[in-house]
Amino acid sequence: MGKLSPDAILKAIGKGKGGVAVAHNKLTAEKETVRIPIPETVTLPMLQHIGAPCTPTVKKGDYVGVGQIVGDSDKYVSAPIHASVSGKVIAVQDVKLANGKMAPAVTIESDGEMKLFEGIEAPRVTNKAELVKAIRESGLVGLGGAGFPTHVKLNTPEDKDIDTLIINAAECEPYITVDYRECLENSWNIMGGVYTLQEILGFKRVIIAVEDNKPQAIKILKDIADSDIDHGNIVRLMTLKSRYPQGAEKMMVLSATGRKVPAGGLPSDVGCVVMNVASTAFVSRYLKTGKPLTSRSVTVSGNCIKDPMNVRVPIGMEFQQIIDFCGGFTEEPYKILSGGPMMGTAVTGTDVPLLKSNNAILAFSKNAARIKPERECIRCGRCHAACPMSLIPTQIEKFAALKDAEMLSKLGTSVCMECGSCAYSCPAGKPLVQHMRLAKEVMRQAGVK
Amino acid sequence: MSDKTILTVSASPHTKSSGTVTGIMLDVIISLIPAAFAGVAVFGIRAALVIAVCIISCVLFEFLSRKIMKRSSSIGDLSAVVTGLLLAFNLPVGIPIWMCVVGSFVAIVIAKQMFGGIGHNFANPAITARIVLLVSFASAMTGFTAPAKNTVDALTTATPLAHLSGIDLSGDISAQMDMLLADGDLPKFFNMLFGVRAGCIGEVCSVALILGAIYLILRGIISIAIPGSYIATVAVFMLISSGFNVTFTVYELLGGGLLLGAFFMATDYSTSPITMKGKIVFGIGCGILTSVIRLFGSLPEGVSYSILLMNIAVPLIEKATAPKYFGFIKKKKEKKAKEGAA
Repeated sequence: MGKLSPDAILKAIGKGKGGVAVAHNKLTAEKETVRIPIPETVTLPMLQHIGAPCTPTVKKGDYVGVGQIVGDSDKYVSAPIHASVSGKVIAVQDVKLANGKMAPAVTIESDGEMKLFEGIEAPRVTNKAELVKAIRESGLVGLGGAGFPTHVKLNTPEDKDIDTLIINAAECEPYITVDYRECLENSWNIMGGVYTLQEILGFKRVIIAVEDNKPQAIKILKDIADSDIDHGNIVRLMTLKSRYPQGAEKMMVLSATGRKVPAGGLPSDVGCVVMNVASTAFVSRYLKTGKPLTSRSVTVSGNCIKDPMNVRVPIGMEFQQIIDFCGGFTEEPYKILSGGPMMGTAVTGTDVPLLKSNNAILAFSKNAARIKPERECIRCGRCHAACPMSLIPTQIEKFAALKDAEMLSKLGTSVCMECGSCAYSCPAGKPLVQHMRLAKEVMRQAGVK
Repeated sequence: MSDKTILTVSASPHTKSSGTVTGIMLDVIISLIPAAFAGVAVFGIRAALVIAVCIISCVLFEFLSRKIMKRSSSIGDLSAVVTGLLLAFNLPVGIPIWMCVVGSFVAIVIAKQMFGGIGHNFANPAITARIVLLVSFASAMTGFTAPAKNTVDALTTATPLAHLSGIDLSGDISAQMDMLLADGDLPKFFNMLFGVRAGCIGEVCSVALILGAIYLILRGIISIAIPGSYIATVAVFMLISSGFNVTFTVYELLGGGLLLGAFFMATDYSTSPITMKGKIVFGIGCGILTSVIRLFGSLPEGVSYSILLMNIAVPLIEKATAPKYFGFIKKKKEKKAKEGAA
């Protein structure tokens, strides 16, 4: 492998570059993804991505087919919302989302037929502009959790020399196994997506990156990489040490290429595009069928779930119905998360709809959701040692309390990605991520970047 | 899920490591146990009495001062036990018991709680207490007894460091070392390793201290950065000033409180830098000060003073060694200027 040897790069960047070793708890790794029965209703919020919210394009009483646009925006950083079942629109009103925000939403009552919208056909894509346009129409956002519109990511500035595509299959969050299952069950689509993106966007190399705790996925992805002899041998598999947050975009770019994304910048600033593995597979499927993003896989797990598994769910299905499909709760849940235990959001109720970017629903009992009593900081420095961005969280906490936005900016507060490594490792149980968010809010209010 | 279920909502992350403050302090206590046993074995049962009095009075002062200041009790975190142990380790076995109590008062009430308790003190409590006792009761604090089977007739004797400081560095160092060893003024190397020498209770047994230090490093409680750079700096200074006399250097490293200070006192979280670079600067600073005091000062020992002085310098060190965050970019002005020039 020469220069690209993962061991050499890991050695070069060192193990001591932050992060934490979290228990993997991938309970659902060996279970095949199950397709959930058609729900009676789905609720499709107009804000399922980073960027501008959509406005509903249908009204109460309209009949919609699967894949029909129900919400769209004329803003660039946005992605249209498509109906995930066929049936009648029964409500267009504000609903509560998993993160506590309110957003307008279209509720559809399913007719149980899952009839495809008539206008659907596979897009013709031969160049970058057509690809970007098609991906926008597909409604694809990053399926790894952040929900950034994919067409924006792929529409890299022409003045930048983008040479590397990184396929992110790290999946470093505990419990979540949707990307892992995607590798096992959909490897052909992943491969198709890789080649399409490479051919149209002209990457000089493709790096498929996976953590070393997924030997089966490594085997399959290696076959994909090896099959590329005809294509000039530019696809490589890279096994990364499993260490949280290896899958975070900036860490991924560093581990895969040795390049550091500048503060406030994007991977494209250092010539990279990072794509989640499930998003890549979707690109391939969409270009073949023209069927937009209307369903996704989600890991339902945690110690309170009777039958933890991965399910294929129409977007907009209610959490409670998904949990019921997995056997319901074994005991009274204490905390329910949308997303992983490190970066996910604790929800106030299970009456919220599944969004495009939701990769997990986790339920924990009181004992499992370990809460440490908060104590005084002892200056042990574990938060700083764990921070992949080399920040000193306790210092930032102090200046946030003083509302010193200038100092917070100097300390690099804005590069914090809220991965939670600091709070995870704190022996005093301090809610450091919360303090980091407060610090960013102090900066925002003061208008400091 | 019934309608009455109330879910807990909190900021991420929703999982936490198992480490706690109490757990860390417990590890430090465990690491000090071998040295405590060695101290009792070398100096007799009175050493156990000194250790016990220091621990009990430290915990008591911690409890009382928190109570008087109307703050939550903090004796559960075991940090007062660690302070008591370390204070006792820094005292000669013959010290009057009431001085132990005074030392504990200085350590806990003045050095620690008056500044806000654990994590807020800028000076190491045990070291502050030792220095206060040293300047207040010089003879009691330097009246070192020889390790004797018979503690009733304990003989007062000089520590190896006191003998070493008598060496004329401009003369023939090997010859002087040989003479000190032949006269029995300096203990044999084996005795230096296992603590059969005059000194403070906890500092004498190098083997026990190193065992404890290895335990702390393996458990991830301390990093090698501070003790490593500290001890290496002292070693370099001693080698150079003695014309590369290895025996002299080894006796300097093992003969005083260097190992105890470097591994267990200089690594105190509250009073040492957080960053790796800062830790190394801190360690080198301690090493330079210790060497200068030992070689050129009027005192044979300088570990406590150097650590205390470097404690005070910690905010400055942290400012000077502030880490660059990920993707840090130099100010735009410089970049533009460069582009303009190009």
